[in-house]
Amino acid sequence: MSDAVAGRITPASARRRRSSLSRSRVRAAWLFIAPPLIVLGLVAGWPLARTIWFSFTDANLNNLREYEFIGFENYLANYDGEWLGLLTDPDWWRSVWNTVWFALVSVSIETVLGMLVALILNAAFPGRGIMRAIILIPWAIPTVVSAKMWNWMLHDQFGVINDMLLRIGLISAPITWTASPDTALWTVVMVDVWKTTPFIALLILAALQMLPQDIYEAARVDGIHPIRVFFRVTLPLIRPALLVAVIFRALDALRVFDLIYVLTANSRDTMSMSVYARQQLVDFQEVGLGSAASTLIFLIIALLVVVTMTVGRLRFGEDAR
Amino acid sequence: MKILARIGFWLLVLMIAMFSLFPFYYAVISSFRSGTELFSVAYLPERFDLVNYLAVFQRQPFGRNILNSIAVAGSVVALSLALGITAAYAFGRISFRGRSLLLFTILGVSMFPQVAVLSGMFELIRSFGLYNTIPGLILANLMLTMPFTIWVLTTFMRELPKEIEEAAFVDGATPWIVVRRVFLPLMAPAAVTTGLLAFIVSWNEFLFALTFTLTNEQRTVPPAIALMTGSTAYELPWGAIMAASVIVTLPIIALVLVFQRRIVAGITAGAVKG
Repeated sequence: MSDAVAGRITPASARRRRSSLSRSRVRAAWLFIAPPLIVLGLVAGWPLARTIWFSFTDANLNNLREYEFIGFENYLANYDGEWLGLLTDPDWWRSVWNTVWFALVSVSIETVLGMLVALILNAAFPGRGIMRAIILIPWAIPTVVSAKMWNWMLHDQFGVINDMLLRIGLISAPITWTASPDTALWTVVMVDVWKTTPFIALLILAALQMLPQDIYEAARVDGIHPIRVFFRVTLPLIRPALLVAVIFRALDALRVFDLIYVLTANSRDTMSMSVYARQQLVDFQEVGLGSAASTLIFLIIALLVVVTMTVGRLRFGEDAR
Repeated sequence: MKILARIGFWLLVLMIAMFSLFPFYYAVISSFRSGTELFSVAYLPERFDLVNYLAVFQRQPFGRNILNSIAVAGSVVALSLALGITAAYAFGRISFRGRSLLLFTILGVSMFPQVAVLSGMFELIRSFGLYNTIPGLILANLMLTMPFTIWVLTTFMRELPKEIEEAAFVDGATPWIVVRRVFLPLMAPAAVTTGLLAFIVSWNEFLFALTFTLTNEQRTVPPAIALMTGSTAYELPWGAIMAASVIVTLPIIALVLVFQRRIVAGITAGAVKG
């Protein structure tokens, strides 16, 4: 990405830029980016720094002014031979596992389904524009609203899903979708798939529509089977776009909050890392412990971002050659 | 064989459409039913009863909640665009030291987990005296919309041909005039796209709205719907919840249908081209 930026500046133009005009432009550039940078520092940088700081204190939500520095005790502490702190809390590890499982399963399903939907929408058929708008609707509906809609559809006694399944004889008794430990997390995955498959599908569709058509012409002339063409030609060509879509979705899935909070409340079976952190912070007023959880979530996601950006850049570099 | 394939294809299209639309369709039907009717499942609309829609506005300050949401989303869009367009000009058209680093930092902020700033943001909002107020939510939501606004606008800005501003500079225009007279009109479509995305993000935002408001009068729509309760704690007013859901989803669906192409362009500009 940065290569593309650098590519614009040829040596000749760089020399010309040393004029007073370009110096005034650089000054203007800093003037233009200063306000948004200050705002971002205020609403993102500063709160993040404070959260990390709070994670080393015993702050309480009732009074955020008086607290003491307690080092790493929110993370791990030893009182009379007994280990305490976030890292010893089974509920925290449960939420980590839930989140990772949710991210892996939902993003995998969404990628496969999204690919399928994109391939269908890439075919020319009457009503394609309308279909594209239709699949955008689940994406645009507020998450809270979709969670409520599904909550109602999945209601154990009066829900339409149980009714349908009973009618066609797939189940013999109603299922308590969001309450039973066996189905709760799968239910969350299902609603997430409904909501975000369109996002992946649209990103893949955009990549598909940029592919050169003559390759497919050649493949058809040579009589190569469409499935073979898909795996040998289409998939490698859209791999960069697919990778970006999957990374965006995975990062989104790892910070999931709304869907799980509304669908299953603070249930242990489905609690994600974000739900856990907010529960400590707001419901239990434990700002120190909650901030420690928030800090760990930030570190996990930051690590993933850095890794994917470096790997992604290497990948893109190879593709460019 | 050809005909079978065509039928199969259309069945798939139909299934995707059904799967996408059914939950909303079911919410609409349910919103017209009330009382014990809701305890039986109906697949087709039976009658057109607006009692739930009235209840939403009479028993809850839902009208107020909608106005709050509009105020928050509208201000967030205006602020993000105002700050974003000039920044995008600087990032997209001027080369200066540290540009890539700054851009990547901004992209990094857009990947922040919201919960990572929650306690710091809580303190910030309280210290400004903005707890349980609309300006507090506007401030918090800027963290979500500003980074991608700058990012998406920058990608659009880069695509404009270079000659555009050179003529203006030769004529002696300052960067500020170039942004205002040359780029603002050219960027209007991109601004609409980005503004729409920022509006949707802010309209749907839940975690901040839930945490930084206390009273029902100050809530935006998502926490209002999530926390809607009935006459007793054990009985949720499903009819009213569905009515409220339909009310807040309709404008979003209208936006999506009208601006479908622009929204898709914005999503892909933010991800693929980035």
